[in-house]
Amino acid sequence: MKLIKGLPAAAGLAIGPVFQIKAQPVRVDESPALDPAGEWGRLLAALEVARMQLGDIAAKVREEVGSNEAGVFEAQSLMLADPDLLASIRERIENQRENAIAALTESAGGYVRALESLGDAYFRERAADVADVVQRVTSILRGERLDPAEGLAAPSIVVGDDLTPSQTVMLDKSLVLALCTARGGMLSHTAILARSLGLPAVVGCGAAILECKPGTKVALDGGTGEVWIDPDAEIVAGLEAKRSLADEKRRIVHSLRHEPSVTRDGKRVEVLANIGNVEDARVAMDAGAEGVGLLRTEFLYLGTERPPAEEDQVAAYRAIIDVFRGLPVVLRTLDIGGDKGLPYLDLGPEANPFLGVRGIRLCLARPDIFRPQLRAALRAAESGNLRIMFPMVATLGEVRTARRVLQQCATELRSEGHRIAADIEVGIMIETPAAAMIADQLAGEVDFFSIGTNDLSQYALAADRTNPATGELASAFQPSVLRLIAHVVVAAHARGKRVAVCGELGGEALAIPILIGLGVDELSMSAPAIPAAKQILRSMDLADMREAAASALEAEGPDDVQALVRQRFPTIV
Amino acid sequence: MTVRESRLGSSGATQERNVPQVTLTVTHEAGLHARPAALFVEMCNRFRCDITVASAGRSVNGKSILGVLTLGVHKSGAITVSAEGDDAEAALEHLQRLVESNFEVTA
Repeated sequence: MKLIKGLPAAAGLAIGPVFQIKAQPVRVDESPALDPAGEWGRLLAALEVARMQLGDIAAKVREEVGSNEAGVFEAQSLMLADPDLLASIRERIENQRENAIAALTESAGGYVRALESLGDAYFRERAADVADVVQRVTSILRGERLDPAEGLAAPSIVVGDDLTPSQTVMLDKSLVLALCTARGGMLSHTAILARSLGLPAVVGCGAAILECKPGTKVALDGGTGEVWIDPDAEIVAGLEAKRSLADEKRRIVHSLRHEPSVTRDGKRVEVLANIGNVEDARVAMDAGAEGVGLLRTEFLYLGTERPPAEEDQVAAYRAIIDVFRGLPVVLRTLDIGGDKGLPYLDLGPEANPFLGVRGIRLCLARPDIFRPQLRAALRAAESGNLRIMFPMVATLGEVRTARRVLQQCATELRSEGHRIAADIEVGIMIETPAAAMIADQLAGEVDFFSIGTNDLSQYALAADRTNPATGELASAFQPSVLRLIAHVVVAAHARGKRVAVCGELGGEALAIPILIGLGVDELSMSAPAIPAAKQILRSMDLADMREAAASALEAEGPDDVQALVRQRFPTIV
Repeated sequence: MTVRESRLGSSGATQERNVPQVTLTVTHEAGLHARPAALFVEMCNRFRCDITVASAGRSVNGKSILGVLTLGVHKSGAITVSAEGDDAEAALEHLQRLVESNFEVTA
C-alpha cells in the first residue's frame, strides 16, 4: 500500500481500478511499403476515418462546450485534406517506397517544425494540433483504439497527467468513478469540471500516480486529497463505511431536492445555481435549483479569436433561460481580465492583472465587447426571467455608467422593434471591499446585490487564493470578511434590496447558518451542493443561526468560526 | 476592420507573365491563423484556379492550410495573393472581400 497526498479538488470517495489516459509516442516503423498502391489506399481510408471522428468530436464539443471550442477539430479536419500534404505523402509512398505511417509522419513533421520555428504561441499551438492529428491517423493505421480514453470499459478511476478539455468531453461519464491527475491545481480544468459533474477528484498528485499500472486498485478521498494505491483491507473497509453512510445521507437529501427549503421556524431561503453553460443548466435544474444566481458568460469568449456575435449570444442565453422556464436567471456580464490573453482583448501586459482592467472596468473600456453582450441579454430577456449583473464594481460611477450604457442599448433595441421590458432587474456583484463599504450608496442604484466571497476575501485579506502560501489566509470564514458581508446586508435591507451570496462560501455547509444568520436572502452555488444545502436549511432555526452569526462576527479567526458552527450545529457535517 | 493598403491589378514589372494579383493587409487580431486561415483556405478551395499566397519573401499554395499557417502572418502583416486559371479574377475578388471584411464576409 502506498499513500499519495494530492490536492482535494472535488469531494467524494471512490475505490476502483486505475485507467491511465496516456498519449502514446509515435514510433515510426521504417519498413518499406511492398505495395505502394495498397499503402496509399490504406492511408486514404485512414484519413477518411479520422475526418469522420473529428466531425463527431467537433459536434460533441459544439454541443457540450461551444462552437468556438469546436474550431480546433474543424481545422484539424481541414489539415487532413491539405493537397500539399497529400502530394508529399504520395510521393514518399510511391517513389521512396515509404510505408503510410512513415510517409505521413515525415511529411507532417516538416510542417510541425516550420510552425514551431515561428516562435509565436499561436503558431506553436497549431504545431501541436498537427502533431495531434498525425497521432490520430497513425493510431487508425495501426488499428489501435483511437481515443486515449476509448479503452475505458468498466467503471474506473481515470488517471492522467492533466486532462485536456477535449479528453474531458470525450470521457464517458458513466464509467468515471473519480478523476486523479499528476498536475493541476484547485482551479484547473479537471478540478472545476469534476465539481460541476459531482465527481470526486484529486489533482496535483505528482508523477508517482502515473506509474500506477492500469487496473491497480486505488482508493481516493476527494475531500482530503488522499489517494491510496493498493489500499489494505482496513483502509478499504473504513472508506466503504464512510461512503455507505454518506450515500445513505445523500439518498435522503437527493429525494427531497426539489422541495423548497424552509427553516424549522418558517424562514424561506431560495437556493439557486452557479452555472457556466446550458449543460450546467440542465444539471442544476435536476439538482433542485430554484433558478440561476450566477450565469458566468465567459464560456462564450474563451478560446476564440473574436468576441461572440450578438446573435450567437442571444441563442446561448435563450437556451439557458428555456431550461429554467420562468425561474430567475442572473446573467453576469463578462468577468475577465487582461491576464486571460484573449487575442481580441489586447490590453497590453499588466504587472498586477487582479488589480488591473477586469470585470466592469474591462466592459466599460471596451464598448465593442460590452454593448453586444448587453443587447443580447436584453433580447434574451424577452423570452424569460433574466436579470443582469455587473461584476467587480468598486465605485458608484461605474454602476451609473454601466446602467446608462444598458439604458442606451434598451432604447436602441426598442427603436429596432424589440419589446424590451422596462423592469428588467439589474444588480451588481460585491467583490471589492470598496463596494462593501459604500453598499448603502450602491443600493440606491440597483435592485439586488450578489456577494462574490472568493474575490471579496482575497481583496479584503490582500491574499491570493491560488497561491498555496497565502490561500489559507484568504479564507471567506475570516471574521473580517464576515463583517463586510454583515455590513452589506444591513445597508441593502435598509433600502429594501435583496442580498445573495454566490461565492464558494454560499455552498459550504459550515457557512450556511452564518450567512443566513447574517440576513443573506438567497444562496447560489454549484449544482452538486444544492440538495445538501437545502437539507441543512430545513434542519435549522433562524433564531439559532442569528445567534451563531453574531458570535462569528466576534470570533478571533476562521478556525474559531468553523469550530463554533460545528459545536452549535453538530449534525451539519 | 479597415484595410490599410490594397492594390488590385497586375504588375508586369515584377511578373514574367501577366498574373492577376492583389496585395492585402490582414487586420484580424489573430493574423492569418486558426479561423481566418481556415476561412481563407476554404475560400481558395471554391475555385479551380491555382492560388499562391506570398508573405515576407515566401510563397505557398493558397489551398494548403498547413502552407498558409507556416507563413506565420501576424496582425497587420501584408500578403500578396496571385491566381492563375479561368476563374482567377473571381477568386481574387472573393479573397479580397474576405480579408477586407476582417473575415466576416465568407460568401
